[in-house]
Amino acid sequence: MDVQLSGPLRAAVGNQATITVDARTIRELFRKLSEQYPDFKPLLANGVAVAINGNVYRDDWSTTIPENAEVVLLPRIQGG
Amino acid sequence: MTDSTSFTNQKFKVIGQRVRRQDGMDKVTGRAKYGADAVAPGQLVGVILRSPHAHAKIKKIDTSKAEKLKGVKAVITSKDLPDHTDGDRDLLSMLENCMARGRALYDGHAVAAIAAVDASTARKALKLIKVDYKVLPHVTDVDAAMQDDAPVIHDWVRTIGVEPAPTKGSNIPMRSEFGHGDVDAGFAKADVIIEKSYKTEQTHQGYIEPHACLASMSPDGSGELWVTTQGHFAYRNWCAQLLGLDMSKLKVTSSEIGGGFGGKTHIWMEPIALALSRKANRPVKVVMSREEVFRASGPTSSTSIDVKIGATKDGRIVAATSECRYQGGAFPGSWAVIGAMTSFACYDLENVKTVGYEVVCNRPKVAAYRAPSAPMASFATESTVDLVAEALGMDPVDFRILNAAKEGTRASYGPTYGPIGIGPTLEAVKKHPHMRAKLKKNQGRGMACGFWFNFGGQTSCTINVAADGTVNLSVGTIDVGGSRSSLSMICAEELGISYNQVRTHIGDTAALAHNDMTDGSRGTFASGMAAIIAARRTKEVLKQRAATAWEIPVEDIEWQDGHAVAIGKKHSKLEPLSLADIAANTENTGGPVAGHNEFVADGAGVSFASHICDVDVDPETGATRVIRYTVIQDAGKAIHPDYVEGQFQGGAAQGIGWALNEEYIYGEDGRLQNPGFLDYRIPVCSDLPFIDTQILEIPNPNHPYGVRGVGETSIVPPLAAVGNAVSNAVGVRMTHVPMSPPRILAALEAEE
Amino acid sequence: MSGAHVSTTVNGDAVQFACPNDESLLDSLRNRVGLTGVKEGCGTGDCGACSITLDDRLVCSCLVLGVEANGKQIGTVEGLADGDKLHPLQENFIKHAALQCGICTPGFLVAAKVLLERNPDPSEEEIRYALAGNLCRCTGYDKIVRAVQATAKDLRKKSKKKS
Repeated sequence: MDVQLSGPLRAAVGNQATITVDARTIRELFRKLSEQYPDFKPLLANGVAVAINGNVYRDDWSTTIPENAEVVLLPRIQGG
Repeated sequence: MTDSTSFTNQKFKVIGQRVRRQDGMDKVTGRAKYGADAVAPGQLVGVILRSPHAHAKIKKIDTSKAEKLKGVKAVITSKDLPDHTDGDRDLLSMLENCMARGRALYDGHAVAAIAAVDASTARKALKLIKVDYKVLPHVTDVDAAMQDDAPVIHDWVRTIGVEPAPTKGSNIPMRSEFGHGDVDAGFAKADVIIEKSYKTEQTHQGYIEPHACLASMSPDGSGELWVTTQGHFAYRNWCAQLLGLDMSKLKVTSSEIGGGFGGKTHIWMEPIALALSRKANRPVKVVMSREEVFRASGPTSSTSIDVKIGATKDGRIVAATSECRYQGGAFPGSWAVIGAMTSFACYDLENVKTVGYEVVCNRPKVAAYRAPSAPMASFATESTVDLVAEALGMDPVDFRILNAAKEGTRASYGPTYGPIGIGPTLEAVKKHPHMRAKLKKNQGRGMACGFWFNFGGQTSCTINVAADGTVNLSVGTIDVGGSRSSLSMICAEELGISYNQVRTHIGDTAALAHNDMTDGSRGTFASGMAAIIAARRTKEVLKQRAATAWEIPVEDIEWQDGHAVAIGKKHSKLEPLSLADIAANTENTGGPVAGHNEFVADGAGVSFASHICDVDVDPETGATRVIRYTVIQDAGKAIHPDYVEGQFQGGAAQGIGWALNEEYIYGEDGRLQNPGFLDYRIPVCSDLPFIDTQILEIPNPNHPYGVRGVGETSIVPPLAAVGNAVSNAVGVRMTHVPMSPPRILAALEAEE
Repeated sequence: MSGAHVSTTVNGDAVQFACPNDESLLDSLRNRVGLTGVKEGCGTGDCGACSITLDDRLVCSCLVLGVEANGKQIGTVEGLADGDKLHPLQENFIKHAALQCGICTPGFLVAAKVLLERNPDPSEEEIRYALAGNLCRCTGYDKIVRAVQATAKDLRKKSKKKS
């Protein structure tokens, strides 16, 4: 599947806006990205949110990613 | 089913009612206990010495005279706060913000602290501390801090998000970029292009209750902290990490909170109070003065933003860009990124690019403030949207409706929207009688839209059933605006009992599993979702107890209207058992009845609002009065409409203050010149009209009741709504917030 | 700092306390008399959270010294209710959701009580100006003004019945 990256996350994957990764859960996605791109792993400490078909998941890495889903990685941000 | 968080579309009995709030009695009688109201036997008074310089090297701190003063029990400097952060730069910055380590980075930065037997002794001792400073060059303006000749505040900061990766220190910790399409190609198609630069000044959350805590540490490494906070679990974790304690040995109890708005999602003097207490081996109470609150806690970013929007004659936006430069105070870790993400979130754009620059300055480290970073970006965008509509000769509402994001729109920050409320709020604006009310001379009307993400996060709660059938719900999210009552309503709804049978409390850090803070408009959304699941689990237990009592299979039992009902002809003689009936005999059916839930409340639904504002501007003095104001916002589902309206009105009032009056004023010396409510003027009762509200309910598909967060979105549109109204009243485009009388007069003069 | 012995009346009861000469009445009430319903929001008379009555005059207790209370009558939020019966203002603040965080509520209640004693039928503008010395950051004042309006109406109805 295609994973879109936005904002400062692009820098961690060699400034690509879209990368192809096969993953069925957020955990698997993050594991594979960390293996492929060493700069990605430290970003996880500050948090990376995943939008799957428009729903933003910030924390639960067990969330499953349906086939052909739209996947967008976003910075994990804070509210007031 | 029990744990499903999908929208149920059920009929409600309790939800949506305007019930009496449960914390009301304590709050109207003066009995409610806030941060400064805690007392412990033998407590000391803690006070903090703060830097008078915007930027200075601390050459030496001599505390010997203060230590010798009778009644002084502990004096600490950064030497008493060894670095336990294990290379975690963010955590170390947090510690350094609580107390300077070798360098004072802003006016008000803590440099030493004292605990003494009473306030006058403590204050006297403070004057006996001698600090030898070497003043360094400073910078407090966001654009100035980005210049090559600006003093670099942290030589270890390398800008993230630029190529090639920089090798030199910089005041720009991060550049972030969002968007899609080809903006150059888009602008090439445009018939009208408007490009404009804006500035917004720094504002403070302005909670009326100053930061306050009572810390009690023992030499064995255990301790307690009573504190006003939006997140006692986060405070516990941070304080324990910074002081080298086991988290489980530090119990944090949240007091009633006298307003937070994001400002109480960060730690300030809590680790200092704990360190003083540890050193003195006595409880220590630290209460900030209002001046300290202004100089050393909060505030939000000041900004400088460029927006460019291109549209075709038929009213379609074909390209949009923004560059958001956000001043984040003395340490990295602020949220220009959110400015970039929210700039064009209201619109359906084929070609969009937004860039955020986070910038460090010699000002207090910024804290989250209600939809942090979004109001400023919205001010710049929504002001420009009005200009484009004007250039096209279109009605600004029609222009927004034509370009509004909808289900299926790819948001400017990346994902595709599900069902959202921006269109409906705009349609409601169009229909609202406010839009047709007549205006007099020197009056103007403006409207603007706003967006906020809303968040979920880690959440836990417990429901305990008492022997008489009344119920306690314990949650770990602080109640900032009535959520205890809303959560009691949710619990009652799910259990099928009356609101008055449920009482909700905030559990301390030892009583519940971790809860994220009450931020991101998550309190009622996340704890509500947790309570629904916990209540469903409680019902399962109750059904099982009825089955045991009746000696029938649990499969034959349904829960209806607060009763266990045996289904089927063979059970026709069994009278339904109420929750109270079952509760009365728990000892015979398996022991106490409870239900709990620990989970991640993901699935928060984004929310949108549109505001309408009328102002009257005195052209002689530049003074502006808001004469009518209307808030229209999507709440998903309003649990308690009074509190939803309260959030709408409160956010609007804060936004109006930001738009017209509030600003941090720094002198050439880098010192804050107005750290008090007299000179930093927040709206008072006579400044405002009644604030009309209209609640729209477009259900969030990811919450059983359809709830979206409501707390933050309401502060996003006012800067631009007021700005557009003032600009329409005076006939000059206002680009600098706050639009204080001198700025309005200057704009009028410049136009002449 | 030398101190003084203060004899005063608080919410109808005789109260005595000793305090340093430079201590504010706000601190005396909170720390010596134990009335923590009186709140400190600023300490400079700008926010009204510490509003009390001193011989029926509405004051910010942070701007009065403890020693100045000697021989005077003090009224605080703790004295508003009559036993278990809430003052109508207290009732209406709850009913109209005129509070969120509640830190400003004691000051608003005391200030509104003084207003209604002097002017039983205030206009919206009169209410807004009478309460302009009390800051609230949560509500936008909307529901506070409505609660005061509703109380004024309730009290007028009540006094009509009496007469």
